[in-house]
Amino acid sequence: MAESYFPIMVILLLSAFIGVAIVALSTLLGRNRPSEVKLMPYECGMDPIGDARRRFSVRFFLTGMLFIIFDIEIIFLYPWAIIYDKLMFFGFVEMLIFVAILAVGLAHVWKKGALEWE
Amino acid sequence: MISLPELTFVGILPALLLCAAGVVILVVGWFLRRGVLVVSCAVGIVGIAAALIANNPLRFANDSAFSNMLAVDAYSWFLNIVILIAAGLTILMSVRYLEDEGIAMYEYFVLVLFAAAGMMFMVGGDHILMIYIGLETLSISIYILAGGLPESVKSKEAAMKYLILGGFASGMFLYGAALLFGAAGTLSLTGLAKHFQAGQVGLLAKAGMGLILVGFCFKVSAVPFHMWTPDVYDGAPTPLTAFMSVGVKAAAFAAFVRVFFEALTQFQVDWTQILWALAVLTMILGNVAAVVQENIKRMLAYSSIAHAGYILIGMIAGGKAGISGVLYYLLAYTFTNLGAFGIVALVGRKGEARIMLKDYRGLGNSNPLLAVAMSIFMFSLAGIPPTAGFIGKFTIFSAALAQGYIWLVIIAVLTSIVSVFYYFRVIMKMYMETPETQPAALQLSPATAAALIISTAGVLYIGIFPTTYLGLALESVKPLF
Repeated sequence: MAESYFPIMVILLLSAFIGVAIVALSTLLGRNRPSEVKLMPYECGMDPIGDARRRFSVRFFLTGMLFIIFDIEIIFLYPWAIIYDKLMFFGFVEMLIFVAILAVGLAHVWKKGALEWE
Repeated sequence: MISLPELTFVGILPALLLCAAGVVILVVGWFLRRGVLVVSCAVGIVGIAAALIANNPLRFANDSAFSNMLAVDAYSWFLNIVILIAAGLTILMSVRYLEDEGIAMYEYFVLVLFAAAGMMFMVGGDHILMIYIGLETLSISIYILAGGLPESVKSKEAAMKYLILGGFASGMFLYGAALLFGAAGTLSLTGLAKHFQAGQVGLLAKAGMGLILVGFCFKVSAVPFHMWTPDVYDGAPTPLTAFMSVGVKAAAFAAFVRVFFEALTQFQVDWTQILWALAVLTMILGNVAAVVQENIKRMLAYSSIAHAGYILIGMIAGGKAGISGVLYYLLAYTFTNLGAFGIVALVGRKGEARIMLKDYRGLGNSNPLLAVAMSIFMFSLAGIPPTAGFIGKFTIFSAALAQGYIWLVIIAVLTSIVSVFYYFRVIMKMYMETPETQPAALQLSPATAAALIISTAGVLYIGIFPTTYLGLALESVKPLF
């Protein structure tokens, strides 16, 4: 029983080693010239420090909602793919209908201009 | 290994057809510019007719589908019909309303159909999570629809209030479900019933039952969870208010009854006491507050709260008599309230400018037929023979009397007498008072006329010949007992 977990231990050790090695080597070998931007947690994207009550454009939320819908589609696709050999043609048609309904939704959103940024 | 459960689509076919009709409307909407509302309405009606036909096999089935998630039985059959009638009449009434308001929003019909499909899942749900999913499908559609009037701040306010309070109620419901799961280790209604029959009824399960009760009471707008009702009913587009007041109520009561009579019968003594208090509060507050309303939509909102109280009496009485009374009452209330709100939508005219009671002055002169129909609906709401409302109240009250709830029935009858005052005020305004300036007579579109004729005929027919329908209701509650 325990030996079946051996590959997992190898992966854990290996990834720990690689993680430590990358950080250690770059500190030891690289030249250290810090600047304000370089020391930020994320070098690109959002400014991590600022007023908490900053305003977001409402468009982000729209995109976020659309993202969630298609994210859920993917979540349904995974279990479907795993038991696909049992579901066969029936499952294929079912999933086709599901994706078609989502596609109608996407087309509707597109048509209504919700994907336009401006 | 995973084995595939047997799939039977009979139970969900009506809901599937409604969803299909909704998707077709979405696709059709891309290609049509003019007449899109009429075409969407037609597609919706075809979908509902198909669903009514597909619903028939449920009457003689007593089965469960999708690994016991869904019950396929006569109880679902009866309530599906109520829901389909509500959705169909709402769609018929909405075309003219949307045209008058200048809202070319065909998504309106799509959302009504999806909401109806959600209601069906709620009615058929044999598992608390299934019921919750149905509840959310219907609630989210209604949240959007309540904010459907683009120019109206009141409509946006209604949607916002309903969303926030509805989310809160959903949270309560889910918390209750989580506690029940903690107590019993299952959320399937039959599983819960089995667990509690084995004798383990702890405080945890009771707390879960209480929270689920709060969630349902919110949806059926029973006092003290009724606060949202007047504002939301007032702000939402009138045909949609009609749909909310009958469809959501019917679906919520259906699931309420199924959960409490199938899974939580061991607690019947506890929740009957709670419901007794809630019913009394609901009837008194609903009827007394309705008396002082000048806005007819708010008046009907308080009246809808009061009716939730009467329906609760049926649940308190319990047994086949009480629950079949609830089913009949829901059917009667569907026809009556849809008709009443249909006329409110018509009289309201553009922008819902005329929704005060005083706007009904002289309607008996300018539109005699409409006034007669409105009087019939008011008679039915007040519970005066020969209308459906009378038979509904009579059945429920006599079921409660048979169980010995004498005080409850006395309070119910007294509050009914209060309600006669404000329902008759509408009739008085229509026939006995004259406005300073007589507005032009209202013109009915064929669809609206059809909806009003169907509701008037329904109120009178099931009121004068109630035996068949009471028999059907009695037959439909068998799966629960």
